[in-house]
Amino acid sequence: MIAPAARPALAAKARLRFDHASGGYMLLYPERGLALNPTAASILKLCNGELTVDAIVEQLQREYAERPAPELRKDVLDFLEEMSRRGLLQVAG
Amino acid sequence: MSAAPRPYTLVAELTYACPLHCVYCSNPIDFARRRDALHTDDWRRVLREAEQLGVVQVNFTGGEPLLRPDLESLVEQARALDLYTNLITSGIPLERERLERLRRLGLDNVQVSIQDARPAESDRIAGCEAFEHKLRVARWVKELGFPLTVNTVLHRENLDRIGEVIALAEELHADRLELANAQYLGWALLNRAALLPGAAQIEQARSIAAAARKRLEGRMEVVFVVPDYHVEFPPACMDGWGRRFLVVSPDGLLLPCLLAHTLPGLSFGNVRDQSVQDLWVSSPGLAAFRGEGWMPEPCRSCARRTIDFGGCRCQAFHLTGSAAATDPACSLSPDHGLVEAARAGAARPPLVAFTYRAARPHGASAR
Repeated sequence: MIAPAARPALAAKARLRFDHASGGYMLLYPERGLALNPTAASILKLCNGELTVDAIVEQLQREYAERPAPELRKDVLDFLEEMSRRGLLQVAG
Repeated sequence: MSAAPRPYTLVAELTYACPLHCVYCSNPIDFARRRDALHTDDWRRVLREAEQLGVVQVNFTGGEPLLRPDLESLVEQARALDLYTNLITSGIPLERERLERLRRLGLDNVQVSIQDARPAESDRIAGCEAFEHKLRVARWVKELGFPLTVNTVLHRENLDRIGEVIALAEELHADRLELANAQYLGWALLNRAALLPGAAQIEQARSIAAAARKRLEGRMEVVFVVPDYHVEFPPACMDGWGRRFLVVSPDGLLLPCLLAHTLPGLSFGNVRDQSVQDLWVSSPGLAAFRGEGWMPEPCRSCARRTIDFGGCRCQAFHLTGSAAATDPACSLSPDHGLVEAARAGAARPPLVAFTYRAARPHGASAR
């Protein structure tokens, strides 16, 4: 489980890139790439190693005000967990 | 003819020259006849045109891409286009200063090949003394803050040391470990009798790799690639012909895979004469096996045809004589007996020495 005070950052091998062809963002890493939906891209843009998970959720709540806060929080945590499991995110405490 | 899909990855084979002589090299057997035809400006244009076509990643490979003195200029161009830039190298010849320079230019990832976990065994496959320098290079890669991929090609001689290979990659703090069984094309096909493992050996290695993948999850990505000879259905070679990968060979041909220009009767245009865009869309060689129109039975009516795209065209040609046949690695192929026979042969110990990759193959050098 990711701690609320953790400061997630993209793994050294992963890089966000805007994709002209699709108009969305991609997360690129060796031999692979993920096409991100807008929410996933918003989350990863905030994973800069400085913001805590709490701060990231707080910022996203402003951007996605129509989403119930507990639901949004759970989605963010699940997504960060999944990215970390794939080795694409470093979660320093 | 099927419409051209969007490519994502450019494989830029900068040269076929290489200081190593690996017995399973994926370059064509006749590589020495093919000259490096592209100048720095040609390659820089190829990068720009590929990016316009949708490419987001570039693998600089070869041969040994470090032998091109203009590698820096190409990395710089790739990063100016915001491409994810991967250097696929033997680590030879490389000094730390050059690696620092590549780091400053924005190179994203370095993949170093290591032939085995033990020095003598590794050098035996490479056909030269390389192991110790490779380890030095891998350590520099991490010291300079790059992510590191370690790639080890697996075969009969080193499969039983897969645990040692994993331990070595851990010790080097690799971010990704590719445990890729040799695929039996090009030089590996020439050396198949000496390299092809039996099913039990593959199975044991696979379970060791699976345990490591689980144990190292989130720290080191562990990828295990089974040889086509030991699967029920072939993988989607290159993710499908002319679909996601665009290969440019040292002689300037725009190809769907590393060996397509060794298939007879196909013509691939040259990036010196035409734009990457034009060739991707209208090269007859790319059109030949794109989509499903070319497929014979049993592929044509097979539910897996959109998953594996009929497998590997080069394998089909080299084993059956027809590039348009179903990949014989597929258990449904009428030619599957060819693969079964090779597999049965692999159960017996080999009496065959290697043919080392060289300009003129010299066989049977016992090392």
